[in-house]
Amino acid sequence: MFNRDRWKEILEVLTTNWFRTVLTAFGVFWGILILIILLSAGKGLENGIRADFGDIATNTMFMWTRSTTKAYKGLPIGRRFNYKIEDVATLREKFPELRYISPRNQLGGFGGNNNVVRGLKVGAYNVYGDYPEIIMQEPMTITSGRFLNQNDINEKRKIAVIGTGVKNELFDKGEDVLGTNIKIQGVNFMVIGTYKKKSNNGNGEEGQKEIYVPFTAFSQAFNRGNNVGWMAITAKDGFPITNLKQRIINEMKTIHKVHPEDTRAVGFFDLYEEYNRVESLFGAMSFIGYFVGILVLLSGIIGVSNIMLIVVKERTKEIGIRRALGEDPWSIKKQILLESIFLTIISGMAGIIVGALFIYGVNALLDANGPVDMFMNPSVSLGVVVGALMILMISGLLAGFIPAQSAIKVKPIDALRTE
Amino acid sequence: MIEIKNLHKSYKMGSNALHVLKGIDFNVDDGELVAIMGSSGSGKSTLLNIIGMLDVADEGEYILDGIPIKNLNETKAANYRNKFLGFIFQSFNLINYKTALENVALPLYYQRMPRKQRQEKAMKYLDQVGLKEWSHHLPSELSGGQKQRVAIARAMVAEPKVLLADELTGALDSTTSYEVMDLIQKINDLGNTILVVTHEVDIAHMCKRIVYLKDGVIIKDEKVKQVKALAHV
Repeated sequence: MFNRDRWKEILEVLTTNWFRTVLTAFGVFWGILILIILLSAGKGLENGIRADFGDIATNTMFMWTRSTTKAYKGLPIGRRFNYKIEDVATLREKFPELRYISPRNQLGGFGGNNNVVRGLKVGAYNVYGDYPEIIMQEPMTITSGRFLNQNDINEKRKIAVIGTGVKNELFDKGEDVLGTNIKIQGVNFMVIGTYKKKSNNGNGEEGQKEIYVPFTAFSQAFNRGNNVGWMAITAKDGFPITNLKQRIINEMKTIHKVHPEDTRAVGFFDLYEEYNRVESLFGAMSFIGYFVGILVLLSGIIGVSNIMLIVVKERTKEIGIRRALGEDPWSIKKQILLESIFLTIISGMAGIIVGALFIYGVNALLDANGPVDMFMNPSVSLGVVVGALMILMISGLLAGFIPAQSAIKVKPIDALRTE
Repeated sequence: MIEIKNLHKSYKMGSNALHVLKGIDFNVDDGELVAIMGSSGSGKSTLLNIIGMLDVADEGEYILDGIPIKNLNETKAANYRNKFLGFIFQSFNLINYKTALENVALPLYYQRMPRKQRQEKAMKYLDQVGLKEWSHHLPSELSGGQKQRVAIARAMVAEPKVLLADELTGALDSTTSYEVMDLIQKINDLGNTILVVTHEVDIAHMCKRIVYLKDGVIIKDEKVKQVKALAHV
């Protein structure tokens, strides 16, 4: 297969008509280029969205309360109820599959009034009453001091961990933050730590403007008694929260005397389901990438096949001579197939190289102009490249197959007669 | 060398068949130079094609150097052609993007002979037809007579048992024709068996034996006194 004469001949044949060869090669080049660009764009979107999810524990649901919509056990319709801190213990006991259950209370919110004061400076922030476990569910980096711990909970310490956004607004540059007091709705809390959350898009700013105080201190300071505003519940790996959530909700309904068929009383958001939906979107995107790319490639391959048919037709007489001189049919077939594969692979390689340069260029642009929402680091894996080469090899073989077959179908005597 | 018995061949032309060869009996001995004469349509080219294994007979026997030629598949036929037969065509049929040397070396390439050995041998035969210094020229750079001599070298390079020439002077002027025939006679004098199909009487008389074909049968088969082509040059 790798003999000098054969390759010399392949080059001779392909270079006799440069323009035609280049045009044919362009079809395959274009196909593989489109395939690479589509797949890398899909990957870039996937990378961007994954980065937005960040390190958040994805096997998580959030659960809150709303008004009831059905009367039940003598209780009226439209009743408001609250989760209680005891519910957490109940859930822990009944659902050993759960890893973290964080009861939370909250002040402020998006577009809320100014609720935090320090000296002359004021600001509107989300203030959370939390247990230490929340840091496992919403990862954040402690940039100075420490996060909340169990002693803070037990002793109801009035302390706060603030985000870098809060720090920048309430404190001057270079000012000592730790140990100072901030006033949250008129109650003094001492800052014991600062944090920074990882996220690359617009939500990041909101995420940095939060204040975490011990749950117990929060309840006492802001008169929440043993009420719980909402819960963040994370299940252990291998137990999808989506499968557990209905049982958890039913348990809550039983405890709080809500009609079992009241679907509105318990509000929830299933992060895991959302995450999986996005995951399946990635699958669909790469499917579309392959589908469109391969179709475009296919039209290139058909072009190659077409040209090979013409080449065979042009060389009918030559093939006849060679067979009269004693070349066996298989050798002729091999020659045509090799020409076809060679042409496909060379043009495909060019497509892969140009595609790689394109991706490199896009990455350089992204690096230079800062991060873009939902798009990050477009790339194709080595596996995809190897796969593309395999596709090329096989398609080259297919493209050459029909012409090669037609080359040996002509009898040498008929081939010689065409004059 | 060649034994042919009761050979029949017909071509289907639509609904009716054209009976081209109607029972040919024909033997060629080792070292003979035979001309097959006949007007167009007499079946002489068909006969040559069958002898050349480019075509198959419908009926009859064909034995080449003791080997019965029948039921050949394409690969085997190609193999036999390569080893046993050398072809010389009217239109030379050189491959136009290969040099004279590469053209001559082709049959050896199909025998998978190593490159160097192949080129040495091809060069030897090119020298024999007097075209050593033209070895690296393309066919387009050669004259008609030179092309035919390259073709003759190519036919001989694999040292076949029989050389088959189909109207080998048909595309040449008479002076060049005689030069080529002179070469053929010299090759025959070295002991090679050669079959020449022609419709030119003077070319036929430069052979040692003439077989006349008419309407698919041999009407006359005679030994003649060979006219040396050199005398005409």
